Amino acid sequence: MHMADALISPAVGGTMWAASAGLIAYCSKKVRDDIDDRKIPLMGVAGAFIFAAQMINFTIPGTGSSGHLGGAMILSILLGPYAAFLTMASILTVQSLLFADGGLLALGCNIFNLGFFPCFIAYPFIYKPIVGEKPNQNRILLGAIIAAIVGLQMGAFGVVLETLFSGLSELPFKTFVLLMQPIHLAIGIVEGIVTAAVVSFVWRSRPEILEKTANTSPVNGFSGKFVLTALLAAAVITGGVISWFASSNPDGLEWAVFHTTGKEEVETPGRKIYSLLAEFQEKTAFLPDYGFRASEETPAEGTGSESVVSPGTSVSGLVGGTVVLILAAFIGFILKKKKNPQP
Amino acid sequence: MSRIKTAFLDLGYMDTLSGRDTPAHRLDPRAKLLTTLIFIITVVSFGKYEISALIPFFIFPAVMISLGELPFYYLLRKILIVTPFAVMIGIFNPLIDREILMRLGPFSISGGWISFFSIMIKFTLTAGSVLVLIACTGFNSVCMALEKMGAPRIFAVQLLFLYRYIFVLIDEASRMANARSLRSFDGKGKGIKVFSNLLGHLLLRTIDRAQRIHLAMLCRGFDGEIRVNRRLEAGMREVIFTIAWSVFFIAMRFYNIPLIVGSFISEGWHM
Repeated sequence: MHMADALISPAVGGTMWAASAGLIAYCSKKVRDDIDDRKIPLMGVAGAFIFAAQMINFTIPGTGSSGHLGGAMILSILLGPYAAFLTMASILTVQSLLFADGGLLALGCNIFNLGFFPCFIAYPFIYKPIVGEKPNQNRILLGAIIAAIVGLQMGAFGVVLETLFSGLSELPFKTFVLLMQPIHLAIGIVEGIVTAAVVSFVWRSRPEILEKTANTSPVNGFSGKFVLTALLAAAVITGGVISWFASSNPDGLEWAVFHTTGKEEVETPGRKIYSLLAEFQEKTAFLPDYGFRASEETPAEGTGSESVVSPGTSVSGLVGGTVVLILAAFIGFILKKKKNPQP
Repeated sequence: MSRIKTAFLDLGYMDTLSGRDTPAHRLDPRAKLLTTLIFIITVVSFGKYEISALIPFFIFPAVMISLGELPFYYLLRKILIVTPFAVMIGIFNPLIDREILMRLGPFSISGGWISFFSIMIKFTLTAGSVLVLIACTGFNSVCMALEKMGAPRIFAVQLLFLYRYIFVLIDEASRMANARSLRSFDGKGKGIKVFSNLLGHLLLRTIDRAQRIHLAMLCRGFDGEIRVNRRLEAGMREVIFTIAWSVFFIAMRFYNIPLIVGSFISEGWHM
């Protein structure tokens, strides 16, 4: 579920970077203001724990496949949402930099998808109310499973939207959603069970650890105002992305919407989302010619893309590309040669 | 189990690579980080059917690999390991976009294949450049650079902590997994019950460890503020490095050099 740089456009990557950077700055401030400075080493070590824990597998009965611990939910339960978000962001940064798992430009998307939803939506609004002040085995199990599922579903939907807005994949919206959501439902259930199992182990053996987090964590001060601000920010970001496409790259969004809705009128399930999207576009008025263009685009799509790559130029491109590639390899080779005799 | 060992050795190897002393390693990390970011943004900004104009961008990783004396095949293998996600999303392009965009003699190539290859080239370039950045800079220096470039200090310190303790905890986790697999026969004992107890114990140890670290920090005068005493020096070399590469990337973004070279060659043949 880690997005790669190659699948996103700079506009989407940039906006998500800005969103995640803002959240990181906000959480850093929150954590710094927190009187409890034990958390500072705990966050780093807990991040390393998630890494190490992902190396240990368990077999899922009856399937022959294996699962491992996900990250954000257990971190939220142990550290509270702000510290958990920062830790998640640092885990994803390490994965991106050291394992090339998830791109550097896509890091903003990944931090948002895998950090924001579980830490700031699923944990405070699902896990906390279910588990409540006095946790017990069943409540932890129920809370962790539902929260993990919801968090992952939102994250997966985020991946779909970000890929769609980037306009590089041909996958239609419906297919992509049908591909992503069920897979992540299964992953979510497994992650929820594992999270619950580990959390209830800790709760049985050292209950004070969980109590401490529940009491000292800034969750108590977690107000509706923050959620409102976050939702507003999300709306502005979405609007920003759409406006970018509408102004500088008219093909992008139209492509997305065109492929999303399919060739004809849409029927049934996803209709609400489409009409909502369309309404939003009309309201923002960044796309004054939206309806006109879409109807014109339908028959003319072929010629539109033809002009991007015409056969004549692509042959030259192929020849030239090969030459330059050889040149690049040659430069590398020469530089290496020059160096070898020295030591 | 072998997976744990590999990941561990892998991290160690990347760390060893970043400790070398070559012209590429000696550059200030900020210059390299900034240049890599500009590189990724220009590569990603190309249209979905672009292939030829992307090729000159291979020069940057090629130069860095040779200057930094990095093992090419090792980096290539690391990129290949993470390709599946890009392939999974990209492979639908040839299936859906079947319109013929290009003919090469008897072969006709659909737009879907072109955009798929474009995605794969972009993926190789972006993933490769990040690995090259780490291999010739080192994770710690990149964190320093991030902090100097405005990332919140707590976040930068988080990254340093995380990186430091990954080695310790992976070692511990691998010992535990090792012990479990030595005691489990026929797949017994590999289920979720043992697993969650195992992880729970690891977690408790981790929390205790964090407490000890915190006490040690307090003993050394920790007051909630983290002070980092490491200096980065950027000179003329770094400025030239960043500006020259950026100009090169932006020029390559607007002029399709392979196309120009190619049409020059093919026209030459016709004459």
